[in-house]
Amino acid sequence: MSGKHDLVLSVNGRDYAVQVEPRRTLVDAIREDCGLTGTHIGCEHGVCGACTVLVDGAPVRSCLMFAVQAAGKAIRTVEGLATGDELSVLQRAFMEHHGLQCGFCTPGFLMLVTGVLEREPDIGDEELIDVLASNLCRCTGYQNIIKAVRAAAQELRTK
Amino acid sequence: MLGEYAAEDGRILAGGQSLVPTMAFRLAKPAHLIDINGIAALEKLNVENGSLSIGACVRHAAFHRPALAGPLGALLTTVVHHIAHYPIRLRGTFCGSLAHADPASEWCLVAATVGADITAISTRGTRTIAAADFFAGIMTTALAEDELLARVNLPVLSRDTRFGFCEFSRRAGDYAIAMTLATLRLEGGAIVDPRVGVGGAEAFPRRIPEAEAALAGRAPNEAVLRAAADAAAHAIDPLEDIQADAAYRRDLVRAMTRRALARACA
Repeated sequence: MSGKHDLVLSVNGRDYAVQVEPRRTLVDAIREDCGLTGTHIGCEHGVCGACTVLVDGAPVRSCLMFAVQAAGKAIRTVEGLATGDELSVLQRAFMEHHGLQCGFCTPGFLMLVTGVLEREPDIGDEELIDVLASNLCRCTGYQNIIKAVRAAAQELRTK
Repeated sequence: MLGEYAAEDGRILAGGQSLVPTMAFRLAKPAHLIDINGIAALEKLNVENGSLSIGACVRHAAFHRPALAGPLGALLTTVVHHIAHYPIRLRGTFCGSLAHADPASEWCLVAATVGADITAISTRGTRTIAAADFFAGIMTTALAEDELLARVNLPVLSRDTRFGFCEFSRRAGDYAIAMTLATLRLEGGAIVDPRVGVGGAEAFPRRIPEAEAALAGRAPNEAVLRAAADAAAHAIDPLEDIQADAAYRRDLVRAMTRRALARACA
């Protein structure tokens, strides 16, 4: 069963018809077959979280899922966060609070937090810090990411 | 399908949060993967006949909030927050952890300590394996190649059961180097039905009878808890790796057991 499979991936509301081997990871399919390179590949074994995307609303490591498993599911990536030129509340908060430096981990953090705040809008501060421990950032020391996420969570709650 | 492909290195894929990383490292190279995601019958999580039944596709995250009232639900919610990280817990499964049988798996420790019943199905039939007979070594279980771990049943703990869990790992969400889960009841100032399970320290998690004997019938005071922790530290056959040598692991088991017991008796 090493032949290629025809499948349709729905990414950010758009359908992409792709041909992939069953062993193709979702992140490779998103980057190489759909051409969406905003999702980054870091460790490729589920530790760093750089490749985090939303699958049916759940933040998942796209290096630990196969593309064939995501057929028929709603995939969202960092490219889908902004509306035209208008950044999402979370993206703007990351900018305003200096939640990024080199930016490599940023797409993963944005998708992780977007998913968590949609699923659990009233999540507490302690739990939020536990969630942010999921992904690795080697620049910021996390403090500014925490500030950005708290600000975004508050703004989204008062909206 | 598993019956057909087992002989040709076919493997079950559930959450994939352990299997897929080992494939990325080429440590596992299964020729066939059989994806069981989306099978509704395997997603069941319910209480029946005095036990919590956990289907093969129930994710770790199902225990972020208590799955049932009482001490078992609280115990599972306490333990789940030590398993990896949020996105991993949304995909990884309880039963998958048992089938994978990493020595550092928290769910394997829970299964061994509370006495889980593990149901395996194959084209040859269905059988139930007690947790005490299930784990056989590092990442080795009593499951045959053509058997699917279909569900795990955990006995519902009585209302007056107390528990304590303590784990040591290098980073939040990292593998446990040593951990202890203790359950017990207090009757007339004495410890009744103590169970002390140790994980991460040996090839597979198990109850430590020497520690339980040091507790049964005694008052839950500092000296008794220390004696039980010492007994656990002496009883184990510690793993040695780059993280911890045998002496350090014994010391950690002593500390984890004492703290888990203190939490259970608090």
